[in-house]
Amino acid sequence: MTLMTIILVLLVIAALWASMTTLLLRATIALALTSALLAVVMYSLGATLAAVLELSVCAGLISVVFVSVISLTQRKPFKEYVTRRMRRLRRFWPLPLVLIAIGFGLSFIHAPLQIVLPLPGGDGDVRTVLWNLRQLDLFGQILILLAGVFGVLVLFKGEGKDVD
Amino acid sequence: MNDLLLLVPFLALIVLNLLPKSARVTPFVVCFLIFLLQTAAAALQPFGVIDWSFTAPLERVIGFSLVVDNLSVLLLVSTGIAGLAAILVGRATLKEPRSRAIFLSLLLVSLIGINGIAMVRDLFTLFVFVEVTSVAAVILVTLREGPGGLEGAWKYLLLSSVASVFMLASIGFFLLSAGGITFDQAAAALAAPAPLAWVAAALFMCGLFVKGAMIPFHGWLADAYTAAPAPVSVFLAGIVTKASGIFALMRLAPSLLPASAPGREILLVVGALAAVAGAFLALGQSDMKRMLAYSSISQMGYIVMALGGAPSLALLAASFHFFNHTVSKAQLFANAAAVEKRLGTRDMDKMGGLAARMPVTGATAAVATLSIAGLPPFAGFWSKLLVVIALWNGGQRVFAVIAILTSLVTLGYFLVLQRKVFFGKILPEWESVREAGAGLLLPVIALALITVAIGIGFPFLLPMLLGGGV
Repeated sequence: MTLMTIILVLLVIAALWASMTTLLLRATIALALTSALLAVVMYSLGATLAAVLELSVCAGLISVVFVSVISLTQRKPFKEYVTRRMRRLRRFWPLPLVLIAIGFGLSFIHAPLQIVLPLPGGDGDVRTVLWNLRQLDLFGQILILLAGVFGVLVLFKGEGKDVD
Repeated sequence: MNDLLLLVPFLALIVLNLLPKSARVTPFVVCFLIFLLQTAAAALQPFGVIDWSFTAPLERVIGFSLVVDNLSVLLLVSTGIAGLAAILVGRATLKEPRSRAIFLSLLLVSLIGINGIAMVRDLFTLFVFVEVTSVAAVILVTLREGPGGLEGAWKYLLLSSVASVFMLASIGFFLLSAGGITFDQAAAALAAPAPLAWVAAALFMCGLFVKGAMIPFHGWLADAYTAAPAPVSVFLAGIVTKASGIFALMRLAPSLLPASAPGREILLVVGALAAVAGAFLALGQSDMKRMLAYSSISQMGYIVMALGGAPSLALLAASFHFFNHTVSKAQLFANAAAVEKRLGTRDMDKMGGLAARMPVTGATAAVATLSIAGLPPFAGFWSKLLVVIALWNGGQRVFAVIAILTSLVTLGYFLVLQRKVFFGKILPEWESVREAGAGLLLPVIALALITVAIGIGFPFLLPMLLGGGV
């Protein structure tokens, strides 16, 4: 078993954990772990730029946003938490089986798939790509983050009022 | 001008959020001026009246790759008009300072997103700006208190995410098959026999169909429009859905779908399905905003159907109907806001005879409904006529007949709306109802005047439109 296979298996387990856990904080940690492992896969495939962005934005920045929002929530009573966990497990128990079935099915496909993506242009340097080639996308992403901040403000506008 | 269309609203967004919370009028004035200036600048752009060379130093520093053509002007002007109406309705209906501030901030974020959609030339950047617009719209829907707003926003978010997955997958396939993701590279890949590029184009179209609420991907729209606060409904129905779904189709269809491609057949079928089903769904509604929402699906179906018509007229017909629908639907949602504000209900079964107490609201609503139904001499008649001619000349006679028959259904449900809400004898409980305030009347009067002016002036406008070649 190669190192890559171990990482891919861990990646699937982390993604399943993120989907199936009922605790938001654990889901966030699992998602960050998934992103970090995905970044390792990307790096090993030669997509350095994608790996850097995956690690910094998805594993880093997004996790911070999630944790900030979760800090504004209140934990449910233990009894309700247990009920929800059982309900969630009942709903998602086929998910690992589906993944195993898909993996099994894919193992029979031996297509000579040689995908070579075009270089991002310029000298391929991260700075050139971000600031010269895709600066408009970066601007758009800043706006999405800003919109997310307003979303938190709207969704938690009652926060503090109901607390005695 | 191009960079300013993104940077000015962005700067305003930052400055407005630094203002003290007690500022009530300034943010509305600033936003109103931004939308007004955009409308004026974009409308004058094709005539080259304004010399934009003073922005050259800024563009050297920023250097966004943006292009403004006639199709961009259509979206920029439509956005300006819908935004102005939404701001005025927002000023009249949103009372809580916090809601007002967030509404204006998200309106500016949406404006930047839509302006980006109008001017980009790259599939990924288009995707990013479509997402900016959608995310802002989802949050705007939640501004209404109570579970209704959250439910509408949740449905919008869920289906919008599905669309995003389609579009991202498509961009990946284009990257593999075309070697790049600019519109030109994608069109070149589709011109050659490349199955992967066709899969990519199909996925991208599916994503846009979901964003544009085409049937059967329409589930989110009625809930989102109905649940949203009044000014948000005006902006959503006026421009947001059309910009993030339909406009992108209009931008991509002519270059990605050559005349003989089966893609045009898909546009015709999807458009016709939305036009017919949307109209029949509207017919059975008793909630005023929900009826208008289904009507939007139907009219967006017309726009998509027009894109499958004769290539020489398709884009012109679609663009003209796009503009007319923006004006009339923004106006009708503003009318609905006026009625809801005065009566406290949207249930048309509980209304009746309001034209006696709200004559301006009633008269302007009649103008907009008749225009959307395609009756002369209003603007909607001409755009529907162009849609029918485009379909007929393109050899799509069955679809042309469907377009005409659906117009009759449109007239039917709008007459039901008029009869239930405005016609007849006033019900005793509404005897004391007064006409809406100036804040709600100003946008509806202005929008109705645009509809009438375009309708009457169309013979003079047509040579310019044909010369412009959108």
